[in-house]
Amino acid sequence: MSTASETMAPPANSTGPIAWVKERLFSSPLNAILTILAVWLVIMALPPLIEWGLIKASFTASTSQECRAGGGACWAFIGKKYRLMLFGLYPYDEQWRPLIAAIILIAMIIMSCMQRFWNKSLLYIWVGGLVTVSILMWGGIFGLKYVEDTLWGGLPLTLILATFGIAIAFPFGVALALGRRSKMPAIKTLCVLYIELIRGVPLISMLFMSSVMLPLFLPEGFSIDKLLRAQIAIILFAAAYLAEVVRGGLQAIPKGQYEGADSLGLSFYQKSRLIILPQALKIVIPPLVSLFIAVFKDTSLVVIIGIYDLMQSTKVSLTDAAWRGFSIEAYIFVSLIYFVFCYGMSKYSQNLEKRLATGHKR
Amino acid sequence: MADPRVTGAQSAPPRRLSWNDPDVRSVVYQVVAVSLIVFIGWFLVSNTLHNLSVRNISTGFQFLTREAGFAIGESPIAYGPENTYARAIMVGLLNTLRIAVIGIILATILGTIVGIARLSKNWLVAKISMIYVEVIRNVPLLLQLFFWYAIITETLPGPRQAINVMPGVFMSNRGIKLPAPTDHVAFDIAAFGFLLAFIVIGVVVHYAKKRQDATGKAFPVYRTGIALLVGLPFLGWLLGGAPMELNVPKLQGFNYVGGATLTPEFAALLIGLVLYTAGFIAEVVRAGIQAVNYGQWEAAGALGLSRSQTLRLIVLPQSLRVIIPPMTSQYLNLTKNSSLAVAIGYPDIVSVANTTLNQTGQAIEGIMIIMAVYLTISLSISLFMNWYNKQIALVER
Repeated sequence: MSTASETMAPPANSTGPIAWVKERLFSSPLNAILTILAVWLVIMALPPLIEWGLIKASFTASTSQECRAGGGACWAFIGKKYRLMLFGLYPYDEQWRPLIAAIILIAMIIMSCMQRFWNKSLLYIWVGGLVTVSILMWGGIFGLKYVEDTLWGGLPLTLILATFGIAIAFPFGVALALGRRSKMPAIKTLCVLYIELIRGVPLISMLFMSSVMLPLFLPEGFSIDKLLRAQIAIILFAAAYLAEVVRGGLQAIPKGQYEGADSLGLSFYQKSRLIILPQALKIVIPPLVSLFIAVFKDTSLVVIIGIYDLMQSTKVSLTDAAWRGFSIEAYIFVSLIYFVFCYGMSKYSQNLEKRLATGHKR
Repeated sequence: MADPRVTGAQSAPPRRLSWNDPDVRSVVYQVVAVSLIVFIGWFLVSNTLHNLSVRNISTGFQFLTREAGFAIGESPIAYGPENTYARAIMVGLLNTLRIAVIGIILATILGTIVGIARLSKNWLVAKISMIYVEVIRNVPLLLQLFFWYAIITETLPGPRQAINVMPGVFMSNRGIKLPAPTDHVAFDIAAFGFLLAFIVIGVVVHYAKKRQDATGKAFPVYRTGIALLVGLPFLGWLLGGAPMELNVPKLQGFNYVGGATLTPEFAALLIGLVLYTAGFIAEVVRAGIQAVNYGQWEAAGALGLSRSQTLRLIVLPQSLRVIIPPMTSQYLNLTKNSSLAVAIGYPDIVSVANTTLNQTGQAIEGIMIIMAVYLTISLSISLFMNWYNKQIALVER
């Protein structure tokens, strides 16, 4: 008789890779068909892609004919044009300035993601960062050559439009959200009208408005340059969406918090600043990150009114007669840049959601 | 105890105007806010009127009746450069609606499939769906549109070497050519049958629900519905004399004649919009399904329902309540995103209105038309989806 303490190995077909395949890929006839279809799809798509993108691709060709001869992707094109794509028409010798500006902006974004800085220091970081970036980009002081903003371009411009857009839209958005929940009918109506009007129209129409209507709105002899107009359109647009995000947070604060603040005799301003907003804004950080991703992607629309952001400078690099017909490569390169930023931020927001949710889970 | 309302236990003393009175403050704030807005509005309008008079631009919508003088690449209604601006804008509007309606239908189907696939027990299927969703959602739509447009116009061969995907379907850099039914009254009857099927299904659903409430007997609504959707158009086609010939595109000279065409612009815009929005809809669907308590799955399993039955009868109806509101905003996004058409040259309302305002200088009117169109579409979609949301909302005691 065998003793009970003798442990037997689990049946061979319930662990290990074979069981895994059986369980995860072939558990039912439908599942098996799906697996076969998926494998077929991968076999159809992957090898030609690898052949095009890696095996037959040319990385070092010096002319477009040489590049095309391989029959694969022409990554040499990216090597030739990356400065134009990343920095646009910014004077070639001064391109270290937008590079540093871009690094500062990225550092600002990363620091905003760290819980350690979620206090007053974040405000100083942003104000300091945005001022430094402006000085670097414009120049004109500290011995830096002045560079007109019509020459700005590429990745720094995309980052500037997105970060300045969110940063400046933030106070407006919070004010609009508070206004929408106000008990004063006139203020509430104004806020609702603004938010719903902006959210009902596409960003393109706002950009068109800023580029053709804003000049008409201003008194004679007074003009705003094109970049600033686009930035204003993005701020106005982002503020409406931000307001809705913040409103969600405001609604999630229990009524007792409002009443508690009232019973302490706090004014509306004190109540909002000390009690309500700190709690509400903490709840809405994940959707705020999503909004930032959306604004970051949407800044690519400024192409349509002819501003040299990452998208437009890429399109310009494609017009070089000596290097025609490599748009797929260029678009993949730019997609990769956008993807790294957006994917990083969305992963961060998912982590954050998990971390912040611990207090509420039962 | 200066506040009269605290000590005023006897007859209420007359209220005095005081900054400490919240009502007074509220009125003052509102008056200030409204007058500020009115002042800004007046400032902008007066500037605008002054600027317009300096530039000799007349305001108003009279320009709509003038001859447009520009051609539009594709149009669902007859249009030529000799038509008026009003008709050109109408063409733009119809093009926008066309891409929005087709896009919403296709994106919903694809998004639902991908969303369910992401939750599949099948590892490979779940991973592929996940990669799709992550890549699509993290690259700007405009870039994707440029990408598809470049694929169609640069990598596809010319019409003479067109790729013959299926018999009668040709892909070239001039667009996708499909066989189309020839002009025959039978197809009109079939289309009518298709519409009729929706009305009949509505009646059947109503009747089936009544009967189930009364007798508890379920009626095979889904199967009847599909049978009606297929059967009625087929019947109409038979009634019309069952014409068999299709208008297959043929190569003639340098291009194809006959058949239906998806222009490169339309195809790129449709592919881009559908793939992009489907990525977002997939996440909405996944979140909705995951929001349904796992106990529901287990209870359905205990009743002996299969996985697909559980999904169809138990889980999806409950998750619809979670899905509908975010789905509505995805539909609105798709419609608004269709305005990116202007970047690849599909003549939607933004593109046509933009051409119009460049030609006539009527910037304000042009922008107002664009905004009015999108606000109307957005509001209609919201209203419809809110109505639908009410229909499926949980009715509690």
